[in-house]
Amino acid sequence: MDSTKRYERLRERLGNGGLDRRQFFTLVGAAGLAYGVQMPFASRVKAQDVSEVRFDGWGGVVSEAFRDKAFDPYTDKTGVTVVDGTFGSGDEYLARVQASQEGEYNIAHLSGVFDYARYYNLGYASNLNRANIPNLDLVIPKLVDVYSAVSGDELSCVPFDYGTTGIAYNRKYISDEEAKEKGAKLLIDEAYKGKIGGWSDWRTRMWYAALQTDQDPNGATDVDAMWDAVRAHRDLVLKYWTSGAELMSLLAEEEIYVTEGWSGRIYALQEQGHDIGYIDPPNGFGWQECMFVIKGSPMAECEELLNFMLAPETSIAVAEAQNYPPALDPSKVDLGSKIPTLPAFDPSGTLSGLTFADPNYWNGNEADWSKTFGRVQKGY
Amino acid sequence: MASIEQAERRAPWILLSPALTAVGLLLLVPLVFVLVYSFWLRSAVGGIDATFSFNNWAEVLGDRFYRDILLQTIKIALITTVVCALAGYPAAYFIARVKGVNRGFLLLLLMLPFWVSYIIRTMSWINILGVSGAVNSLLQAMGIVTDPIQMLYNETTVVLGLVHYLLPFMILNIYVSLDGIDTTLEDAAHSLGATRWQAFTEVTLPLSMPGLGAGALLCFVLGAGTYITPIILGGPRDAMFANLVFDAIITQLDWPLGAALSLALLVVLGTVVVVYNRFAGLGQLAKGLG
Repeated sequence: MDSTKRYERLRERLGNGGLDRRQFFTLVGAAGLAYGVQMPFASRVKAQDVSEVRFDGWGGVVSEAFRDKAFDPYTDKTGVTVVDGTFGSGDEYLARVQASQEGEYNIAHLSGVFDYARYYNLGYASNLNRANIPNLDLVIPKLVDVYSAVSGDELSCVPFDYGTTGIAYNRKYISDEEAKEKGAKLLIDEAYKGKIGGWSDWRTRMWYAALQTDQDPNGATDVDAMWDAVRAHRDLVLKYWTSGAELMSLLAEEEIYVTEGWSGRIYALQEQGHDIGYIDPPNGFGWQECMFVIKGSPMAECEELLNFMLAPETSIAVAEAQNYPPALDPSKVDLGSKIPTLPAFDPSGTLSGLTFADPNYWNGNEADWSKTFGRVQKGY
Repeated sequence: MASIEQAERRAPWILLSPALTAVGLLLLVPLVFVLVYSFWLRSAVGGIDATFSFNNWAEVLGDRFYRDILLQTIKIALITTVVCALAGYPAAYFIARVKGVNRGFLLLLLMLPFWVSYIIRTMSWINILGVSGAVNSLLQAMGIVTDPIQMLYNETTVVLGLVHYLLPFMILNIYVSLDGIDTTLEDAAHSLGATRWQAFTEVTLPLSMPGLGAGALLCFVLGAGTYITPIILGGPRDAMFANLVFDAIITQLDWPLGAALSLALLVVLGTVVVVYNRFAGLGQLAKGLG
């Protein structure tokens, strides 16, 4: 029974003489007090059910693309407002989710299957009703399968895009031939000491350390050699960058000549006219991003938003703006003229040319490696 | 009579109760939570394992890594404080001696940086000292250098960023102290044969020491607790202690260790404040903060 119905019944009893005026006001006052007490803690979350969904992503041009191409049209169509937030790293966002009330955060643009596994293991996984997301059928099957391998029949996200973290280099100082010949070892080439950059992300550092020591990034055995490679890189870098904007700035301003970089951001630099080369070395770091719905979110509204975002016209528009290929299967959807030119794009839709992180392997080493990298990064 | 005395005794507490409630709820209670967290452990998947343990404290107190970064933090904060004092004193002296509306204008200029985000102010150094920044462009245009000089991402630029951030605090504290000194004391020193320099070192400087001390305390504590500046302007080896807290909580999802690290930093900085209060008192600090 809702509050309005209760109030109407009380008023009816008052009118019929079954309740005196003092009792009536006492009960209404008590109801008001109870409502007021629970309001700050609970009703704010419930209020989102009707009119609001919170989305958190990587910010920058990616955020602008979502706002222009997805959220505003979605709001126009459904009346549901998308509250748009940003985060600097997946780790930072997970810390915020851990500190939040259930329902405070709804949808996140998460990177990598290992993040999906972490959220699942920490109990933040929701259960999407796939029937409410018919556009999921248009997605590359391999991208869905890797999530299902983690969470079984239940699915908490929809794949949205994919890309690579390859090697970006300034062609004024490093030729395409040199980059191709040296591959990942270009990042530990002493000739470029003080002109090398690197992401301050332990996974990326260890992935490239595996390549630099000729090991399988999803099954390295000589971890000590990898740490030596991370230290060698550290001693040559000018700076560890912490965001896509900083990556672009360091390369564009020629503070650094070479770094590993995110394919979409490097493409954006190339579009701006900077002569930056980009290669994915053998076993280069492939990743996929998804729209993850956090447990406690308004599921129907979230599913509707996900379906809207996966619609080809929306998904393609966002992909063209953020320069990462969409998760849509090229064999089912015409992706237009720009997307086939994006780095990491796989026209076959099989993604057989990309190496993705094995979530079990990487999450199994997370506690140890993230802590050790925190020390190595600072000179130890 | 007794009831009047009781009411008088209660009055300050009643007046203080909103502030005490705020401090209790917003500072002491969270601090207790942090303390409790520091005795828990990180679970295997990054959650909290609420098992009582001294492991985090044993690690923080026994691991040389944390001690070294703490010493580096103290070193950077001390250098920053000294530079702020040396650069801030002449500016504060000048403002204190200026008369009329000019003084108000100068104080307004001093406040202007606070209108811009600290992060933006810190990042502005990239446009000044970067390879393509203003200084290198000027040096190259003047033919002084052919290739740009690498000036960014080292300990010097971290100190520079901190000085940029903290200098107004130092100047304000010294200014407040200088403003309260009777200028006729310097005239009296001159009439007794002191040179201008002697009058300054024997009269003005000693009387302004409380302001200088308060400014130094603020610069040291705020400098030692920063983590943004080393991230933006520092290189791989220029981390400060607050960066370790950030790493533990954000990157490693080890909230219990982060809590222990936070409390360790709090104890160190709190000790500095207590020592300062023992010898100089915190009253000057309140004046400097307006």
